[in-house]
Amino acid sequence: MAEPILEVRDLRKSFGGVRAVDGFALSVSEFETHAVIGPNGAGKTTLIAQLSGMLKPDSGAIRFRGRDITEVPAHRRSRLGLARSFQITSVFRDMTVIDNVALAIQAHAGHSFRFWMPARRDPDLTEPALQMLREVDLAERAHDLASALSHGEQRQLEIAMALATSPAMLLLDEPMAGMGPEESRRMVETLQRLKGEKTMLLVEHDMDVVFALADTITVMVDGRVIASGPPQAIRSDEHVRRAYLGEEGG
Amino acid sequence: METPATIDRQAAAPTTRPRLGVRGWTMLIVLAVLAIAPYLLFKAGHGFYLDVATRAVILSIAAVGLNFILGYGGMISFGHAAYLGIGAYSVGIPAYYGVYDGLVHFPLAIAASALFALLTGAVCLRTRGVYFIMITMAFAQMVYYAFVSLEEYGGDDGLVINARSRLPVIDLESNIQLYYLSFVSLVALLYVVHRIVNSRFGMVVQGSKGNDERMRAIGYHTYVYRLVAYVISGAICGYAGALLANFSSFISPEMTYWTRSGELIFMVILGGTGSLFGPVLGAVGFLALEEILSSFTVYWPFLFGVILIMVVLFARRGIDSLLGPRDGHG
Repeated sequence: MAEPILEVRDLRKSFGGVRAVDGFALSVSEFETHAVIGPNGAGKTTLIAQLSGMLKPDSGAIRFRGRDITEVPAHRRSRLGLARSFQITSVFRDMTVIDNVALAIQAHAGHSFRFWMPARRDPDLTEPALQMLREVDLAERAHDLASALSHGEQRQLEIAMALATSPAMLLLDEPMAGMGPEESRRMVETLQRLKGEKTMLLVEHDMDVVFALADTITVMVDGRVIASGPPQAIRSDEHVRRAYLGEEGG
Repeated sequence: METPATIDRQAAAPTTRPRLGVRGWTMLIVLAVLAIAPYLLFKAGHGFYLDVATRAVILSIAAVGLNFILGYGGMISFGHAAYLGIGAYSVGIPAYYGVYDGLVHFPLAIAASALFALLTGAVCLRTRGVYFIMITMAFAQMVYYAFVSLEEYGGDDGLVINARSRLPVIDLESNIQLYYLSFVSLVALLYVVHRIVNSRFGMVVQGSKGNDERMRAIGYHTYVYRLVAYVISGAICGYAGALLANFSSFISPEMTYWTRSGELIFMVILGGTGSLFGPVLGAVGFLALEEILSSFTVYWPFLFGVILIMVVLFARRGIDSLLGPRDGHG
């Protein structure tokens, strides 16, 4: 079997006395859609923060595309091809929709110490940005302010921005958070389209979404892995039923 | 016939070139008035007010420089008077030794300010919010006390400059020529800042104001970009400081005192943060208010305070907000 694109070994992070992530391990192979599920407080957010480089682990190792990235800062992880979407919508609200995406494209188009030519009239940025917006069905709103978008549309924009960095792998932190059924359906469609094309690590609450999308599911409880495997195996796993699915009726 | 490609191109570019609008006209009219201000003032027999106009233009330059990081970059520096002081001392100290060459003064003012901005910015930009405000202020106060301790250059009392900077072609001993040097500098600066703000670099600075974590997540090392913006801003204020020293023919530590930094922030807020021309309206408005209010009462700073509170409460974007809503294009 090929080397996994992302490999996490014995990851640990404590806040004061609380062990948020406590010996977590994970392996994601290329083009796989891998979901991490777990009850509230299981440490999923801390995990994502460490994978994206916003938080430094106390110990453990993260390897991405054969390279140890444990100490690599966030902006450089993005350059290595690891893109992240945020649980709490995190777009540039005062900028137009297309500016949001163009800014993400610009981040990966060489350095930005270019002080003179107007960025908004640079087809090297605007054309791929528009293409990206088409992929998430937002092209018509390109020149609206991001703050004028509905919650669901902002989440779509969030994905477009992550995609605009042409990543090898997407870290999706609860892409369905706070969405209505119609918005969720659109998002699942978008992710369905990306599935198989991009490697995805999905941290998600919505069980229907997870079972519909994931090739592999890892169940996280109290900062640790209690089970990992294909969806059917997870569904029938005794530990998981007791620790998690049973409680939430999933 | 339109091919799909041309349609794309239209959609990708912000429809048409933005038309001038109220904001653009205001800028042109104010600049036009400033351009003929000396003529108007002498015609009206108020030549004395040329001094006020010169100060307004020089402080406009400083306010535009501060707004570049405060309005566009979200970096609220409470220490920008330090750069005015460094720029002014870059004129005063060489002059003290008999060096009056403007081609020494102005480059020195810009270089010294940029260097100070680089060194202090490297520290300040590791902090955010209130900490950033406090630490920029602390550095400016350090400059203040450093100047106070320079006994050789007058210490507390400051230093009189015997002659203004000597430049080729223009003669700064003429108040009108000094005014026009300042005015042309302001117009050129507005154009340069306009270009920078809308460039790739400017987009990064604005992005990190809105959401720095997101900027890092999409791959920007925002610290470096913010630092460069901070240095540019400091250099602009240093240049304004060199003009100010020429204007008043006097330098003193008081120029860098924290209340001076506060006044610069006031100008930016009064005019409207994050708009290109707002700081100019703010600086002109500030000096006009100062003139008018102080002619009524010696307690004018109190009235000033009331006005500032009103602006912050009711007109978030200052005078600029009177010119109508702004679209997403800075």
